[in-house]
Amino acid sequence: MLEIIDLHAGIADREILKGISLTVRAGEVHAIMGPNGSGKSTLAQVLAGHPAYEVTGGSATYDGEDLLALPPEERAQKGIFLAFQYPVEIPGVTNAYFLRAAYNEIRKSKGLDEIDPMDFADLVEERLRLVDMDREMLQRAVNAGFSGGEKKRNEILQMAVLGPRLAILDETDSGLDIDALRVVAHGVNSLRRPDNATIVVTHYQRLLNYIVPDRVHVLAGGRIVKSGGKDLALELEARGYDWLVEAAPAGVAGAAV
Amino acid sequence: MTVHGFLDDFSKFAADHGRNPEWLLPVRRAAIERFGERGFPTTRDEDWHFTSAARIADAEFVSLAAGGGDVRAADLEPFTFGATDWTQLVFVNGRYTPELSAVGALPAGVRVASLADALREGVPAVRERLTSLAALDHGAFVALNTALFVDGGFVHVPANVVVERPIHLLFVADADGASGAAHPRTLIIADRHARATIVESYVAVGDPMYFMNPVTEVVLADGAHVTHLRVQRESERAYHVGTTQAHQGRDSKYSSFSFATGAALSRTNIYTVLAGPGGEVTLNGLYMADGTQHVDHQTRIEHVAPNCTSHEVYKGVLDDAAHGVFNGKVYVHPEAQKTDGKQTNNNLLLSPDAHIDTKPQLEIFADDVKCTHGATVGQLDENALFYLRSRGLGADDAKTLLTYAFAADVVQRIDEPAVRDALETLARERFVGAMPAGVG
Repeated sequence: MLEIIDLHAGIADREILKGISLTVRAGEVHAIMGPNGSGKSTLAQVLAGHPAYEVTGGSATYDGEDLLALPPEERAQKGIFLAFQYPVEIPGVTNAYFLRAAYNEIRKSKGLDEIDPMDFADLVEERLRLVDMDREMLQRAVNAGFSGGEKKRNEILQMAVLGPRLAILDETDSGLDIDALRVVAHGVNSLRRPDNATIVVTHYQRLLNYIVPDRVHVLAGGRIVKSGGKDLALELEARGYDWLVEAAPAGVAGAAV
Repeated sequence: MTVHGFLDDFSKFAADHGRNPEWLLPVRRAAIERFGERGFPTTRDEDWHFTSAARIADAEFVSLAAGGGDVRAADLEPFTFGATDWTQLVFVNGRYTPELSAVGALPAGVRVASLADALREGVPAVRERLTSLAALDHGAFVALNTALFVDGGFVHVPANVVVERPIHLLFVADADGASGAAHPRTLIIADRHARATIVESYVAVGDPMYFMNPVTEVVLADGAHVTHLRVQRESERAYHVGTTQAHQGRDSKYSSFSFATGAALSRTNIYTVLAGPGGEVTLNGLYMADGTQHVDHQTRIEHVAPNCTSHEVYKGVLDDAAHGVFNGKVYVHPEAQKTDGKQTNNNLLLSPDAHIDTKPQLEIFADDVKCTHGATVGQLDENALFYLRSRGLGADDAKTLLTYAFAADVVQRIDEPAVRDALETLARERFVGAMPAGVG
């Protein structure tokens, strides 16, 4: 589904990703772990198409198509979803409007008519239950005045409504208490299907107790320095990141999976 | 119009005793003398530093003859908020036009009339209050209005009376008013614990060039609540200088909203005095300009009495080579302890040639107060744009939605639903073209 080869990217002349290679197949959950500043969030933003980042080398292919050539909205329309680490507040636009506008844009890109508002209300109602949110949140402005936990749940709600093929969760666990973490994880797990895939970006192993990954990759200094199964996350929890960061020889391209 | 032109106007005007109750003439004389001495403000005047009145001062406006205008009821439809049961007084080129007006069901004792009629009748409240709040100390344009006003709105709500439906004072200019100057004067009096919503609109049919110079005085007695929505949608060739002066008694509540999208050059002054303890004021507003429009707002909140609250949010959206000005003064007198004041001015510049001068001013002479102010000037937030695009919205749609959201945020604070919905629609149409309904 997604094949990244030797990806280099940065911001304002500073290279942050220094050769990432990664393959994600349908049905898989991949965890990207690593210390702060290792490039985890940059990778997530580059995959979603944030215009502030410049890709300086390598490739990313999504369903056989050059992902990096697409503007962010086309990536979304083709099924890529980024759950933001810092969801943006948009006073003046209600969640109800935002969800419907996004949903319809994706339908339009597939040549489908806009959804009937009543059908959409039913869909949202059902998805709200999945993330344990009240329907009154629909009339509130997007993320405006939301607590940290509410913002993260709202990201998962959007994901649940839009039904992406490839979901990228960028530090969705940060700032969540254990109950909120369970709610978020339950939402993500409920949406897993054999034909979609998830990339979980996280600093801590904690979330991976609830969303069990098929593969774990450790990112350090803009490269993947180690990949393994779910046990690698437990090892990182026990030993920290230092042993990997120190052991990574300079100038070695990231390990392909 | 030149200073001399207006002085000549006054000489003719003062000779017409039908328009001048005996008590008013000395007030008018004092005003025109003050205007004659000082003339129009220049950019050397602190309050006019960013707005040049030269285009008004140098133009040759004619004084509008009585009556005139060819406005039909259908022409007013875009300006009436879809309301059918409001009391609505229509003034064409500054003069009351009864054929277009309708006085709906009003509670006993409530008076809504043209000021000219009220003056002719010798209504005591008019004599007592008119020019008591704004006359000599408010600068050249208020002086000019005081000297030359002929008509305008008069609203008087007696004690303990609640007027449920909004009262709309609709000032329309049309081709017959072209090259003319009008100085409408409005007096709003809410007695103790009275409540009312007043909508004051300035609009045009067609795109005539004219000078509109209205002054509105609002008296809030103890415990009175007045919501005052001001809508400036003048012709884009017009000049508009408007002043509102409110005076608030104990525990009164004044909620003002200024919406300004019209005129080649507009200046809106909204001033209030919190004279009794426990008073509350909200001054909110939205200005949107494009092309070469110039839009200036000046507000002044005077905290004279203790334990009063003032909240102010003004937002501006400026495109093309438009120039915006915001100057918000909050003045806290030494006796005004426990004042709670908050002032915000946020501006969105959609073009590199758009320009804003914003100047929040706090002057505090009491020591136990909580006052904050802040101003921002910016472009659309890149992260917000990316957030919307990452959900599938195209770049143009995302910009549109964010611009609308910026403006709608302050419009949504209007309590009167018909006005709120109408202004939201205007905000949408102004910059964002057709968007699906139900955005807000």
